Amino acid sequence: MGTQMMTRNREPGRAAGGAAVEIAHLRKTYGALVAVDDVSFSVAEGEIFGILGPNGAGKTTTVECALGLRSPDAGTIRLLGFDPQTERDKVREVVGVQLQAGALPAKLRVGEILDMYRSFYRDPADIGELVEALGLAAKRNAYYRSLSGGQRQRLSVALALIGRPKIAVLDEMTTGLDPQARRDAWQLIEDIRDRGVTIVLVTHFMEEAERLCDRLALIDKGRIVALNTPADLAALTRGGKTVRFLPSAPFDDRLLTELPEVARVEREGQHVIVTGAGELVNVVILTLAAAGVTARDVRLDSSNLEDAFLRLTARHLHNKEGEMS
Amino acid sequence: MSSLSLPLPQARPTRRAAFGKIVHNEARLVWRQPTGLIGGIAFPVVLLFIFNAISAFRQPAADLGGLTRLDVYVPILIVFSLGMLAFFSLPVPLASSRELGILRRLSTTPVPPSWLLAAQGVVQLCVALAGVLVILVAGVAILGTPVPKSPGGLVLSLALSIAGLFPIGLVIGAVAPTAGAAGVIGRVVWFPLMFFAGLWLPLELMPGALQAVAKVTPLGASVTAIQGSMQGQFPSVVPLLVLAAYAVVFGFLARRLFRWE
Repeated sequence: MGTQMMTRNREPGRAAGGAAVEIAHLRKTYGALVAVDDVSFSVAEGEIFGILGPNGAGKTTTVECALGLRSPDAGTIRLLGFDPQTERDKVREVVGVQLQAGALPAKLRVGEILDMYRSFYRDPADIGELVEALGLAAKRNAYYRSLSGGQRQRLSVALALIGRPKIAVLDEMTTGLDPQARRDAWQLIEDIRDRGVTIVLVTHFMEEAERLCDRLALIDKGRIVALNTPADLAALTRGGKTVRFLPSAPFDDRLLTELPEVARVEREGQHVIVTGAGELVNVVILTLAAAGVTARDVRLDSSNLEDAFLRLTARHLHNKEGEMS
Repeated sequence: MSSLSLPLPQARPTRRAAFGKIVHNEARLVWRQPTGLIGGIAFPVVLLFIFNAISAFRQPAADLGGLTRLDVYVPILIVFSLGMLAFFSLPVPLASSRELGILRRLSTTPVPPSWLLAAQGVVQLCVALAGVLVILVAGVAILGTPVPKSPGGLVLSLALSIAGLFPIGLVIGAVAPTAGAAGVIGRVVWFPLMFFAGLWLPLELMPGALQAVAKVTPLGASVTAIQGSMQGQFPSVVPLLVLAAYAVVFGFLARRLFRWE
């Protein structure tokens, strides 16, 4: 027991090896409602993994089951090899969580809150370094109620990181932040990952997932509808990118359709729209140039994650945050 | 600790330190939002001095068995303090912790959220003891009310009063969806119960039927027990049993009804 604990202190869960998070065939129902249905995915160590989907898709339920806050009806879950149902204490020592919409007592100071949460862990982070990294150093003596929305969010992240977790779960961390604070938060998430922390990011915010995640799972109605890198997901659904331009002279469509990169050529008035994949722009422009045609007014339109999502789930993401951006 | 010792024994003091930190922060909140200190200590003490300023309150009265009204009000104000703490100071922060998601946040850390409840209990217990002490000392040392004649009975009565009243507060904290709702429920519970404790009309002056009802209410039983210990004889068994029954029933209900989120 004693030696076990020593090794665990130094290298939590390392014995398990491989994936930081492994979820297989997770299912959770509330009465007749199937909140999560046969969800499986794994997250590699050091990865930023996104769980994306509309409100009520089952993202939070998935995360709560993964953390052991709810017991799943079926499926297996391992966090660094630990089962969150039977090995709660070990999981809580190595996983830091920032749950959606959590507040703290108005009349406690930032330093007092951090000091208390720090005492919960065996091998906690240094408060000075943490507040420095999160831009809260000047706020250590400030009451929680005096903090701005962005500062409260960063304090919440600080509490998720104070136990020096191997995995950080961040649920809707940028919801309700102004655009600048949101961009700061994104930078912060990348910094955390650079310190070797695996990050599971739950969001319904497209731009965020696209910008940050190495891979992501699209969840809709309790099921994973797609699991891939953001770029591949986007490409997968529309056959890639679109180049739109105004040719300086007439040319035969076959000049382009014969290229392996090109899937389709359409004309819209004087403009030509070429759909394809790979190094599409370069290939199209070079081929045209070789034939003595100059492409002017070139516009590249790569389909984004939002399109991918709409295609995969055939419905609109219902949220105000997305509309604001 | 020698260099050969394993880090294992460290686990326990670490957790004790964590509980200490939680208690410390809860105590800070009580100090910085002092409604509990005002209702539980300052207000009953001020009332005691106001009553003392009324000359009729200082005359021994035949209908009170030779005691002065002031003497009779000392236990009533002690129960005033305990009731305030049990019905407001305890449930409001609990409901607030749930409302703010603090209990939920704690359940993701190595520390269980029940520790916050325990810490609240410890802090409010300290405030209650301070309140009782201040009222007794002010009464005996400054205003000349009689020294409690059965200290053992008083300690037992106070212990059972706290054991009976605090779980009622926990049930309020369990069923109230928000801190605001907890405050409203606390008020609705506190006023009628405080009537039966004799705040407006001491028990001795109530009609017989009303007295009988009062003695089975939590605050009425508490006043009866404390009053009994102050007047010399060991408190009668009935109010102590009533308080014990409240402790058991509401302790059970609090366990059953409490929601962490």
